[in-house]
This record gives sequence, structure tokens and C-alpha cells, in this order.
Amino acid sequence: MAEIVSLADAIAGAVHDGDQVAMEGFTHLIPFAAGHEVIRQRRRDLTLVRMTPDLIYDQLIGAGCVSRLIFSWGGNPGVGSLHRFRDAVENSWPGPLQLEEHSHAGMANRYVAGASGMPFAILRGYSGTGLEGLPGLDGQPAIRPITCPFTGERLTAVAALNPDVAIIHAQRADRAGNVQLWGITGVQKEAVLSAQRSVVTVEEIVDELAPQPGAVVLPTWVVDYVAEVPGGSHPSYALGFTARDNDYYQAWDEISRDRDRFSQWLADQVFAGAGSPA
Amino acid sequence: MTAAGGGAAPASAADRAPFTADEMMTACAARALTDGMTCFVGIGLPSAAANLARATHAPNLVLIYESGTIGAKPGRLPLSIGDGILAETADAVVSVPEIFNYWLQPGRIGIGFLGAAQIDRFANINTTVIGASYACPKVRLPGAGGAPEIAASCREVIVVVRQTRRSFVDRVDFVTSVGFGDGPGYRERRGLTGAGPRKVITDLGILEPDPDSCELTLTGIYPGITVPDVQARTGWELAVSDSLEELAPPTAAELAALRQLQANSTTL
Repeated sequence: MAEIVSLADAIAGAVHDGDQVAMEGFTHLIPFAAGHEVIRQRRRDLTLVRMTPDLIYDQLIGAGCVSRLIFSWGGNPGVGSLHRFRDAVENSWPGPLQLEEHSHAGMANRYVAGASGMPFAILRGYSGTGLEGLPGLDGQPAIRPITCPFTGERLTAVAALNPDVAIIHAQRADRAGNVQLWGITGVQKEAVLSAQRSVVTVEEIVDELAPQPGAVVLPTWVVDYVAEVPGGSHPSYALGFTARDNDYYQAWDEISRDRDRFSQWLADQVFAGAGSPA
Repeated sequence: MTAAGGGAAPASAADRAPFTADEMMTACAARALTDGMTCFVGIGLPSAAANLARATHAPNLVLIYESGTIGAKPGRLPLSIGDGILAETADAVVSVPEIFNYWLQPGRIGIGFLGAAQIDRFANINTTVIGASYACPKVRLPGAGGAPEIAASCREVIVVVRQTRRSFVDRVDFVTSVGFGDGPGYRERRGLTGAGPRKVITDLGILEPDPDSCELTLTGIYPGITVPDVQARTGWELAVSDSLEELAPPTAAELAALRQLQANSTTL
């Protein structure tokens, strides 16, 4: 059963130094407030997992929380580069960042395998790409060929993801800790079900979850912590509650380009303040 | 380089060009789509082209974004693949595993629309790293996203990319998404089910793979651009089609529709 707690207690309970942590939300419902809390609690040596690292991981990488990253697309959507991510890869600032790199289809299927209790997933894909030959975090090939036992076709296998912790943001939970999210639901269900522990921040806690078209419901017994954090996905958005702050994504390009400016942002907006970009 | 430097418009009219090189490129890309097609769309130039097609000659074009939105009908250009307007206007919204496994992988989608940081003579695409070393790259690019499987599994692929010597290279530094590999037969040997790139649309013209050699060949050129202009921005010895055609500039209707889509996006 999920415990309904403060964000600080949820992160303190779920996220430890050295953990593998997946914060999911495909452009929509990105758990920024939880990411900032991880930075405030000065977690270190994390392995972060996420299809699209987005600004949330740019911030965690720049803040020095991250040693390893498993991902499939590391850009600022519609804007350009993630400068903290690039600075870590190109110049090892604030420290080296080891990468394990996949395609979206590969990552999505790795979560599915993890959620399904399977050791790997199979897909058509990767064949002929440079990704095929890249090592995983353990130095072994992360993407391997497999032959179909029925047809003899050559396919691709990718290992299951089973993070220590999954963190997502959702629109609502009820007082028992059942969680409801809708709109673009990405890979959040798979991320939560693949993880050992989970944290969900929500826009609101309500008496009863009213049905919503296309909603994903995560029963309370697969969630460990629920924290009410209105606006917790800003500058991404929560359909029906908040709008995407496109200006923030633009402003981030400037803030994140420069190490000093980024460090000042961290001091002002994460350690001292409320998380607005200006 | 003066004519090429300004893009599609003749140099003499560069400061009063009736349309930009990007608008010419977007119109050409939109024309490559026919009504009723299904189209897997990336954000940026591909999205602008697909939405322009839907606003003009292809109102029944089915737009599919990797965020899981199928049949999205945005009245403006979405600002990211997860823009709320895509979910609100879609026929169906599915999870990310579902969009890749049920919809893309079986070859259900007609056209994949991709961008590129680098592209080579066999239309292989790099969006991963610039530089000889993956481990110590000169430039770390965003990476693969959905592109490798779009390139593998859509029935055909269209690439939209601005043409420079840095983007049009003899060999890509890293193959993120496969075009024709090292030439004829490569896709078949690798089990890639789609036919691969059909057109590469740039800000100078259109290149198409030669049916025999699979090498990108200049088949269309914009008004005011010359073959030497295109060669100057190509990092290999460019093949030119015997039937090279000059492509029609964007029509007034195309320009109006495209500018309206852009205006709707900036006045949110």
C-alpha cells in the first residue's frame, strides 16, 4: 500500500546513493519537482534511466548527482542541445558520465521486459546501426542478436530494465494511494511495474478517482510513496491541470550553456527557491 | 557561393525574397505526401511539412507522433512530440511501447519523416556523435530517439535536412539510422523491412537514391540554385540525374497555409 507523505520524505525513503533511478514521463508529466528534491538531498553516484533525459536530467547531471545514464534521446525538445549533458560527455564536468545508449523502441521494450518479469525483450531493429556494437554500462554488448526458434529469423534482444526506483508524476491519486494519469501516458506504467520501489507525485489527492478516457490506473499496492505536489511537472505539463512552459525550455538553453550561470540557477532555484527559470 | 548562400531565392532578390529556403524545403516535403497516407512524424521541419500537407492537398493525412498520438490534427505546429494539442486532437493515444511495437514495427505506417545531423551518399543518418571516436566525441548529439526503427520499418522514408558540407558527408561518423548501408542489397541482408529513403529534401533541392547503385542523386533543384551550388555543399562527388528538373516555388496557398500554422504556434 502506498504511503501518502511529503515529497522530501518520499525521496528520502526511496532514493539512495548509488541507486538506479528511472524518472519517466514522455514530454508530458515529467516529475521535475521530484528531480529537484533529489538534487536538494544531494544524492550521488546515481545511474539515471530515461528515454528522453530532457531538462530534468540535464539539471541532475549538472548538479553532480549522476555517474551513469541509460537513455535514447538527449536533447532539449524543440530547442536544441542539453548543455549540461554535453558538458559532462564532452568535458567530464562536473564529473565523467558513462553512457548506455539505445533507441526509443529498445528502451520501451526494456521496460516492458522488466515489468513482465522477463530477462530480455525482442524487437526488429538496430540491425546495421552503430548502436548494435556499443557496450552497456557493464562493458558487455547491450544489444545482442537472437534467432527466432520458430522461423529462424535474426532479431535483436535487449536486456530488461529493473531500476531500484521509478519516479513519475500523475494527475491524481485517491486517499488510499491509487494513482490515475491520462493524456500522453508514455512508458510510466511499465517504469513503475519494472522497478523495485516507486514514487508518484500528483497534482491533487481526491476522495474518489473519477473515470477519465484513456487513463492509466496504478493500484496503490504497486506504489510505495505518493506525494501531493501541484505543478510538480513544471516546466512540462499535466494535461487538464497545467500548460507546458515553452519559454522555460527556451530560457534553459541560455542558463545551461554556462557553468557559472547554471550553478547560480541551482543555488537560487533549487537549493533556495521555487524552481522558476528566470 | 552567393546564390547558394542565400538559399532558394536568386541572389539579386535575396533581400526581398518572397519565400525563404526553409519554406521552399517545407513545401517540397509536403508535396511528397499524398492524401490518406499514414506518416510517422518527427518534430521540426518534418512536422511543419506534414502539417502543411494536411492543411493543403492532403486533409486526410494521418499524422502519427512517437509520443503515441495517432491521427493528430493540430491546428498549429506542435512545439514538441508530446505537445498537449497532439493528444487532444488524436484519434487514439497509446503508450510508447504500443506505438513502436504494434504500429511501427509491423510496417503499418507508410512514410517515416526524419531529420539528420549528418547524412551520407547512401542516405545513412547520424544523430549520435560528431567525430571519429564515440567515446570522446567532438560533438555529442541527442542520439537515436525513434529514428532507427522509423528508418527500418516505415514502408518508405523521407529525410528533410539543410544541406552543408558538414551535414552532407561521404561517410557518417556514426550510423544511427540505416539508409542503404554500403549499397545495393544491404537492407535486405539486414532484414530491414521498409524500402528505405525515397527522397532527401534539402534547402537546395531533392536527392533520390539511384535505383541500381542506391547512391543519392540530385533529381530536383530549386529556382536560382545551380548544380555547382549543390556540389559545393556536398562532401562527395555528387551524381546528377539526366532528367534534373527545376522545382516549382511554393504557391501562394502553400505559403499562406504554412505561415498561418506558424503564426498559430507563436500566439499561444
